[in-house]
Order: sequence, then C-alpha cells, then structure tokens
Amino acid sequence: MSDLLEALLRVLVVLVAFLLLPLLVGQAEHKAMAHMQSRVGPMYAGMFHGWAQLVADGVKFVQKEDVVPRDADPAVFRIAPAVALLPYFVVMLVIPLGPGLVGQDLDVGLFFVLAVMGIGVIGTLMGGWSSANKFSLLGGIRVAAQLMAYELPFVLVGASVAMAAGTLSLTGIVEEWQPWWLLWQGIGLVVFFVAGLAELQRPPFDMPVADAEIVFGPYTEYGGLRFALFILAEYAGIVVLSALTAVLFLGGWRGPFEDSLGWLWTLVKTFLVAFVVIWVRVAYPRMREDQLQRLAWQGLVPLALLQLALTAVGVVATA
Amino acid sequence: MRFPGTGLAKGLAVTMRQMTRRSVTAHYPDALPDLPPRSRGVIALIEENCTSCMLCARECPSWCIYIDSHKDVVPATTEGGRDKSRNVLDRFAIDFSLCMYCSICIEVCPFDALHWSPEFEYAELDIRELTHEKDRLREWMWTVPAPSALDPHAEPAKELGAAEKAADKARAADLSAAEGAPAPPPPDNSAEEAP
Ligand code: SF4
Ligand code: SF4
Repeated sequence: MSDLLEALLRVLVVLVAFLLLPLLVGQAEHKAMAHMQSRVGPMYAGMFHGWAQLVADGVKFVQKEDVVPRDADPAVFRIAPAVALLPYFVVMLVIPLGPGLVGQDLDVGLFFVLAVMGIGVIGTLMGGWSSANKFSLLGGIRVAAQLMAYELPFVLVGASVAMAAGTLSLTGIVEEWQPWWLLWQGIGLVVFFVAGLAELQRPPFDMPVADAEIVFGPYTEYGGLRFALFILAEYAGIVVLSALTAVLFLGGWRGPFEDSLGWLWTLVKTFLVAFVVIWVRVAYPRMREDQLQRLAWQGLVPLALLQLALTAVGVVATA
Repeated sequence: MRFPGTGLAKGLAVTMRQMTRRSVTAHYPDALPDLPPRSRGVIALIEENCTSCMLCARECPSWCIYIDSHKDVVPATTEGGRDKSRNVLDRFAIDFSLCMYCSICIEVCPFDALHWSPEFEYAELDIRELTHEKDRLREWMWTVPAPSALDPHAEPAKELGAAEKAADKARAADLSAAEGAPAPPPPDNSAEEAP
C-alpha cells in the first residue's frame, strides 16, 4: 500500500514540475527575449513585471471555441496535442534530479528517454496530417524530414555518453561523470544540443512552422486549448532537452555540496541550458530547408561519428 | 584567417550586450512621454481671432471642419455713417476621427486662429464623440507653447513694428497737444524695447 502511495506521490511531484517548469521557461523567454531586443516584455499581468502573463494567456486559450475543420480527420486531429505533450511528461518521470530524487529510475533510462522523445514529434506530424490543410501538411512533412535527419546524430551522441559511462541508466551516467568529460564529450554536447533544438523545432530550426511561408505549419488549424497544449509541449520539450543535456553532459547534480544541494545543481544547469535555447532563438535567423538538411547530414552526423570514435578510443585506453 | 563560427559567436555577443543595456520602451500610461514641444497633438482654436472666413474648412482634405456663422450688424458710430456688419462664429468643430493631422488648416488660416497643441490624451470610447466643439478647442489653446524666440539681431515681427509706430504717433500727438512744442521723439523700435 505504501509503495503505491509513494509512487503516486512521485508522479504528483513530477506532474507539478511538468506544469510549472515550462511556464518558468516561457516567462524567462518573454523577458529575456524582450530585453535582448531593447523591450521590456509583459509588465502588467500580476502587477509585478508581468509574472502572471502566461497564466492570463492560459485563461484566454481556455475560453476559446474548440474548432475542428470540416474535412479534418477528427479523431486524429483531437488527440494530436496529447500525443505531442505526454511523452515529455513520461520522459520527465525518469530524469534524475539528485541521487535518489527521481520519479522512476530505469536501468535502460537513456534508451527509454531517446525513444519516447521521438514520439512527441509524431504528435506534431499527426496534427499536420489530419488538418486537411496544405500548409499543415507541408509543415508536417518538414517535421518528418527534420525528425529523420536529426534523430540519428541525437541518438549517436547519446550512445557515446552511455559508452563512456558504461551504463544506460541516467543516474549511473551522472555518477560516472567526471569534469574532464566536458572536453572529452565536448563535441557530443554541442551535437546533442543542436540536434535537440532541431527536434523541438525551435528557432533557428523552426522551418516546420515558418510563419512567413506556411502560416504556422502543423498548428495552422489549431486554436484554443489544443493550440495551447502544442505550445506547452514546445516548452516542456525545452525543459526536457535542457535537463537531459545537463544530466548527460554537464554532470547533473555533481558540484560543490552535491550531497545537500545536488537537486539545486541539476536545476541551475537545466535553466542555464534553457537560457541558451532562448538566447539562440533571439540571435539567429531561421535556416532554410536545404541548409537544415545539410547541417544534419554533412555536419552533425560526421561529428557524432567522430565523437563515438573518440569515446571508443578513450574507453579502451583507460580500461 | 577567419576562424569558422566567429559570426555565430558575434551574434550571441550582440544579443547578450543588448540584454545588459536599458530598454528603450516608453512606459506611457505610467510615465508621460517626452514629446517635442511642437508635436501635432491636437488642433486648438483662438475663437477671438477667427473671422469665419471658411478658408480652413474649404482647404481641409478630409472635410472635417464644421463652421456655422451669422452676420451681426454693428450700428454706425458717427452721425450719418454707414452700419457695419461683422461675422459671428456660432459653431466651430473639428471631427478628429476624420482629421489626418496634415496641418493644412493651420497653414492656411490667415488670422492665426488655429494652432497645434502637443496635448494628445483625448481618446473617446465612441467615435462620434471625437467631434470637438469650439469650447474644447479654445481650452486646448492654453496648452499651445509660446512662439519660439527670434534669432539675435533678427528684424522684429512686422506687427510689433506697426503697433509701436502707432503708439509713438499717439504719444507724440499727446505731447504736442499738452505742451504745444512740435518736437516728436525719435521713433525707436529696436528689438530690445519690443515688449
Ligand atoms: S489637419 Fe488637415 S485633416 Fe485635420 S482638420 Fe486640418 S486640414 Fe483637416
Ligand atoms: S481659416 Fe482661420 S479665420 Fe478662417 S474660418 Fe478657419 S480658423 Fe477661422
């Protein structure tokens, strides 16, 4: 009985984090992006520097009418946002915050995480396919092409870390982590981050939603709560990607006072990475589709293979 | 040699530097904007100057000036003189929902009855309430900044010269009438003495 209760409690805590952290990232994006563009961003909602802006946005989205286009495939159209959002929740369950501080520690955590993260993209693809709108379809196809191109380097560098640590467990990887891995796995870190950005369709890889060309890609026909879920999925994706980068490459909870403040270290590192995600969005223009594909196949895949070779040499040499 | 990726780093540096600077946002409802004194906020009217000549209303490209007037008869002041008539302004209104702030009415008014005021907070909830009558236009006149000072050594305004000459003449006539001495004072209308 107490086991069940504890499991429920863990899920509840992760659920709260899952709803809260994306909002924090979203608000940080509002503010950081504004100041990077010499603006001040939201100022009124919540009376103090617009802290409640996203809450207000949420209330607005909830009030809107739920529209399903006449020619759309209603069932697929309706569940697509859930398919986009839920995988990130599942991934968050297995990401460790500190030693023992994890929703559910899996032996094959890394494998599980990489597999489930791919499903989130399918949600977007479903939305694009079922909308009966050519812009949505184009966007969906671009999502698929992007997923194809970037999943490979993403998984390859994930494998490299697993090889270096000798385990697939996320907790195990953090425990094996050494500061000099920052150099050894440096290429992997960059490749993982860039490929992750591309999978989330974040700028500068937001070709699937390029608003100047295809309205809003797969989300064109969505409005109200379902649209809000897609946006929430994007920000949950940022949190998950940042947390994974922190855990796999930046040593998770490792740092001074890691026994007592380990969870804080994970959070700080996660938010630092999330800030870089926002920063990159402001600094760079959107990439063209061909540039996008070239970067993946001619840039990231060879780099990921190089990293894999480096890791193999390192593991054999130190063994 | 250009190291690959310099451009990427520069992009990040620029945005980061921008973030540390103060934003340029004007916090309008909380803080009043810092407007140039001659901003085209609203059109003010000096009713006393207006002769109901209708020039402004006719030149207005959006036909948004409404003028009603009637003629008043001023009885002759001298025996056997002719009665004079003069225009009296009944209504002067500008529809600011149509006005495009082109300033043509102000340029064209021959009697300097229209002026730009920097006042701009006259939004209304109903578009029909944006037609402002002459009382309101007269009130805005108090917010019109005084004309800018002349350049040093510039000629004084023509009106000033004419007024001063008339005053001098009157004074000289007074003097000669009182003393019988035909010695008019030298006309003096230098810029320093201009009131
Ligand atoms: S500013 Fe132009 S549009 Fe407005 S009332 Fe004067 S002439 Fe008409
Ligand atoms: S042009 Fe000047 S004087 Fe003539 S009606 Fe218009 S405001 Fe009055």
